[in-house]
Amino acid sequence: MLDIIIDTTIRAGTPILYATIGAIIMEKSGIINLGIEGLMLIGALSGFYFTFITNSLLIGFLAAILLSAAAGSIHGILTTYLKANQIVSGLALTMFGTGITAMLGKSMVGENIRGLERINTVKDIPFLSPVLNQDIMVYISILLLLLIHFFLYRTTIGLNLRTVGENPYAADNAGINVHLYRLFAVVIGSGIVGLGGAYLSLVYTPLWIENMSAGRGWIAVALVIFSNWDVRKALIGSYLFGGIAANQLRLQAMGTNIPVQILQSLPYLFTILVLIISSLKNDSTKQNQPESLGNPYDREDRV
Amino acid sequence: MLKKILFLMVFLFTFNLLYAKDLNVGFVYVGPVGDGGWTYAHDLGRQEMAKLPFVKKTQYIESVPEGADATRVITNLAQKGYNLIFTTSFGYMDPTIEVAKKFKNVVFMHCSGYKTADNVGNYFGRMYQARYLSGIIAGSMTKSNIIGYVAAHPIPEVIRGINAFTLGVRSVNPKAVVKVVWTNTWFDPATERNAADSLLDVGADLLTMHQDTPATLQAAEKRGKFVIGYNSDMRKYAPNGFLTAPVWNWGVLYKEIATQVSNGTWKPSSIWWGLDKGIIDLAPLSPKIPSEIVKKVELEKRDIISGKNKIFVGPLKDNSGKIVVPARKVMSDQELLSMNFFVEGVQGTIKK
Repeated sequence: MLDIIIDTTIRAGTPILYATIGAIIMEKSGIINLGIEGLMLIGALSGFYFTFITNSLLIGFLAAILLSAAAGSIHGILTTYLKANQIVSGLALTMFGTGITAMLGKSMVGENIRGLERINTVKDIPFLSPVLNQDIMVYISILLLLLIHFFLYRTTIGLNLRTVGENPYAADNAGINVHLYRLFAVVIGSGIVGLGGAYLSLVYTPLWIENMSAGRGWIAVALVIFSNWDVRKALIGSYLFGGIAANQLRLQAMGTNIPVQILQSLPYLFTILVLIISSLKNDSTKQNQPESLGNPYDREDRV
Repeated sequence: MLKKILFLMVFLFTFNLLYAKDLNVGFVYVGPVGDGGWTYAHDLGRQEMAKLPFVKKTQYIESVPEGADATRVITNLAQKGYNLIFTTSFGYMDPTIEVAKKFKNVVFMHCSGYKTADNVGNYFGRMYQARYLSGIIAGSMTKSNIIGYVAAHPIPEVIRGINAFTLGVRSVNPKAVVKVVWTNTWFDPATERNAADSLLDVGADLLTMHQDTPATLQAAEKRGKFVIGYNSDMRKYAPNGFLTAPVWNWGVLYKEIATQVSNGTWKPSSIWWGLDKGIIDLAPLSPKIPSEIVKKVELEKRDIISGKNKIFVGPLKDNSGKIVVPARKVMSDQELLSMNFFVEGVQGTIKK
């Protein structure tokens, strides 16, 4: 039983994990992106469409990365070089993504593809088999997480990127191209978010239906704060949210008498709890939020 | 002579105007026509109706949110000269009534509600009859005697379907139970998939659902289990496991209403048609269903159509064993429309 719960948690958490990692990279550079939901849908549709016409999951996943990165670059350019309001631009991206995928995806509704299969390495070892018998995209998400963490904290480019998010004026003085770094972060982040969408349409439920992300993008936006802008904690957050949402269905199937509504509100209660605990600590060094998050950078502004 | 002919022509022309009024028909849909489910089924009905000679034009507006937006869209259709307007979701009820007050010469038909006015009627189908029939198939085909039901929201429409299905199951297999998992969403493929998987994990070997996406079918197909769909024929999502699906066939009703409005016999009323009119039916049965079961389903269908089997007939126990409908009492339509208990054999909870 526990094995099944672990398995469900990993699978339900993975699309949210991709989206959260993507969102964290963007926010580390100082750009809020409320377009995650739209990007996930673009990733889901482009992944499905290209897998459908080429019969290759690899091309599907690559298309998902490229096309959502392209869509994300709109937000990137608007919020850097054109200094647009990040909230408005992000919301517009969600509306754009929802609308355009609904329109372009019409012909894909009702089509079938072969989804990504699990790899079967071990049989019936408690705790290990649900962890080792996942699909390749689950392991890539963990690898990506470690890679991004290494990139942000152990490389010069990562340091520069964080500096741009903390204090773009200082970064500019140091000769870092603020707009370019931010645009780079948004494009890379959007591509990763797109993978989260593609995970839904190519692995989890191999089909396309408009609006199929059903709010997971918004959960990712919230999980960025939950994980305190730390990709490692994003793993905990994603598995927690995905896991509870999925496993409450399991509890129902097993016939518990706990009301569904209470089970479904658990992740949200937990978020509040985490927020209370983290604010009680009140240790400013522990607060990971980028200092200049949400502010457009203009060299000629007074600081 | 010429005068006479002219007179005759004018007479025929006015006669024609009076007795076979040309119709422009508008439809308001809650989802996209490509959803493969609820709205798709309505749109098939529209296309069928559009073939009638006196229907000059049909137009649909899709994905209209329930509420204020609906009022605007319905008003717009009425202003543009559509003289028969179908609004196809529960949440359009009050907007429809409101707009109808301003356009007295337009006929409005609202789906799944309960309000009527001088120029507003409502309509729905007795889907529970088809659910009952699909239950007979499920009860005969299950081997583990556990059947999984992925359900959207605990509202009477869904509960009625679960109960009818279970009564069908138990009519042939009193040992079988129907396990219900609420997703609390009409539309979220990943959640529905999860719900379906968790039912399979607790031993269900046959699934059915009341949802708007085919995720449940995919889940069953993946594990090589049987599945019964809903809304429209969804067999392409589960080519091996698909048994049948209770389906909507709105065209029958849309043609009838259009004819009535056209020849002036339409009166506001509440229409709740069933298998007898063909507004609901089962999708073609899978060849995997043994012929004696097919025959049984056909017999039961005949009994429902003739009124011999009213399905919700006492004695009915709820799932705690308490008798809720005394022996030989037939539940009234009013009671059916507000149903809020599970019959014996259902495993699940309804929050009261």
